[in-house]
Amino acid sequence: MAEAQNIPVGSTTAGQIAVAAESTVATRMSAPASFDVADFPVPHGREEEWRFTPLERLRGLHDGTAAATGDGVKVDIDAPEGVVVETVGRDDARIGRAGAPVDRVAAQAYSAFEKAGVLTVPKETVLTEPIRIAVHGEGGTAYAHQVVELGAFAEAVVVIDHTGDAVLAANVDYVLGDGAKLTVVSVQDWDDKAVHVGQHNALVGRDATFKSFVVTFGGDLVRLHPRVAYAGPGGEAELFGLYFTDQGQHQEHRLLVDHNIPHCKSNVVYKGALQGDDAHAVWIGDVLIEAAAEGTDTYEMNRNLVLTDGARVDSVPNLEIETGEIVGAGHASATGRFDDEQLFYLMARGIPEIDARRLVVRGFFAELVQQIGVADIEERLIAKIEEELEASVG
Amino acid sequence: MATLEIRDLHVTVEADNATKEILKGVDLTVKQGETHAIMGPNGSGKSTLAYSLAGHPKYTITGGTVTLDGEDVLEMSVDERARAGLFLAMQYPVEVPGVSVSNFLRTSATAVRGEAPKLRHWVKEVRETMERLNMDPSFAERNVNEGFSGGEKKRHEILQLELLKPKIAILDETDSGLDVDALRVVSEGVNRVRETGEVGTLLITHYTRILRYIKPDHVHVFAGGRIAESGGAELADKLEAEGYEAYTKGGASE
Ligand SMILES: Nc1ncnc2c1ncn2[C@@H]1O[C@H](COP(=O)(O)OP(=O)(O)OP(=O)(O)O)[C@@H](O)[C@H]1O
Ligand SMILES: [Mg+2]
Repeated sequence: MAEAQNIPVGSTTAGQIAVAAESTVATRMSAPASFDVADFPVPHGREEEWRFTPLERLRGLHDGTAAATGDGVKVDIDAPEGVVVETVGRDDARIGRAGAPVDRVAAQAYSAFEKAGVLTVPKETVLTEPIRIAVHGEGGTAYAHQVVELGAFAEAVVVIDHTGDAVLAANVDYVLGDGAKLTVVSVQDWDDKAVHVGQHNALVGRDATFKSFVVTFGGDLVRLHPRVAYAGPGGEAELFGLYFTDQGQHQEHRLLVDHNIPHCKSNVVYKGALQGDDAHAVWIGDVLIEAAAEGTDTYEMNRNLVLTDGARVDSVPNLEIETGEIVGAGHASATGRFDDEQLFYLMARGIPEIDARRLVVRGFFAELVQQIGVADIEERLIAKIEEELEASVG
Repeated sequence: MATLEIRDLHVTVEADNATKEILKGVDLTVKQGETHAIMGPNGSGKSTLAYSLAGHPKYTITGGTVTLDGEDVLEMSVDERARAGLFLAMQYPVEVPGVSVSNFLRTSATAVRGEAPKLRHWVKEVRETMERLNMDPSFAERNVNEGFSGGEKKRHEILQLELLKPKIAILDETDSGLDVDALRVVSEGVNRVRETGEVGTLLITHYTRILRYIKPDHVHVFAGGRIAESGGAELADKLEAEGYEAYTKGGASE
């Protein structure tokens, strides 16, 4: 069975929740992937990959007018013993191995960064403490590139924590050797004005396990492309995401899992809560099962919880299958409202409004938060969720 | 002794850009230990009365008073009413995704009782109450009302009634959609609460069959947005035999 099949599923529609029209992975991109920004025309906003994004809020990242400033971001790396921490020039061969930029801003970041960070966990090194990368915005504009490489059978947890205010375009490469296990937690806890666009490429080795948590709270505009491809059979990828989109924020997560190799697995679960006027969350989940990828097992899900009127979700799961010889493939998307009836029911049992909202949102995120496995991050997320809720009710 | 007093209650709803008066002067007094049955045709305003007492935001009180032990209920928020001792078992219980029954029950009991119940006692109390209501323990881990059958939702309402021990319980068609066994189980739950003598019960129903299990002290006929007639248990039998025709002539309701 060589013919491509496209199975679109929309999310449920209620109130002001919009469900985008479907399109295929193949037609989504207006230009082929490239490391050179000149290969991408300046987007005008109607392209498939840009149509949800408010270009005017990208602060020039998309049209070449955003020049890097000295005070972009400050990066602090705290790595346990055994990790090799390097800063390298543009010509280092390890850069860009996990995948090429797929849109103009990712290519702009690639074309503009001056030095890249490379973190290496040598083969068979098993870390017991996380590697922490603190990226703190200092108010300026920056382009960056980070590589995280795990040798065969190495195991590590990496936490990338974004705070402060910046206009940042940054790509990250994760390269997993055979049998390696990498967990990545990327927290976007930006101040209100920050703009952050980036592509995260993971290349999962034979029998390797990649687990990623993308947690987005802050920023004026955050647009991330988590992408996975496999370098050998037996690879597994779990992509989890949480976002809490507030009044006026635009948070966009565009995933691609490319099943290019037989007998690999992927599981995608992204959950978002939204509240306030013009809170806008976009979730694109592309899963491609190539003709060669027999024995693929994949599932993807996006759930959204709309807490107030005036928020908008565009959720587009998309599964493209080029072979029928697979173990399983499924996807789901649902957007529900925390509505007045639910609130009434809980309050009619004596529960004050703030506690009722807390109960619902905590319950909604709990299954994901618990899986992170980095205690201080879990606690911070719960505290953050509480804070956002207090702000909305108070 | 707790007393709920409803005096000349008028309630409107907004529908299709028009204001519609549904309750047109309801008078009713329910005391702790008493059981009142309210029977009436579809659309006569029974659920409107129940929701208005609980404080549902869709209903606007345009006249009259409601007090619980002299306290103005209409001034209270929805959660304050519940904590003051009002309980509404809903005709259509709401699904709350993401919130487990066990978490919900505990949060609710903590709010109503004013302190978190001791965990060990609580777990036992919930388990035993569920057992008596023939609810499988697995319900505790499911999301509130999500995917529950009609009968399961009603049992879940009565479970809450038993755990929250209100002063005044309003049961809106708790018997509808129950098979004979479930009706018995649910009625037994209501009776356990009634037997404490500490609850006043307002039982809204279409059918006399539940009144065989739960004996009312008073029966009221509800028609056209008000109580059209009140009597003892014998009134229910008369309604069963003759229907509501005598009360609905003149098109007071649909
Ligand atoms: N939220 C609402 N919006 C519009 N109309 C409403 C609303 N709630 C009630 N009504 C109307 O008020 C009237 C009374 O409804 P209510 O649900 O109180 O009747 P009921 O006596 O409980 O009926 P049933 O026996 O069918 O449960 C009906 O005409 C109904 O359509
Ligand atoms: Mg009703």
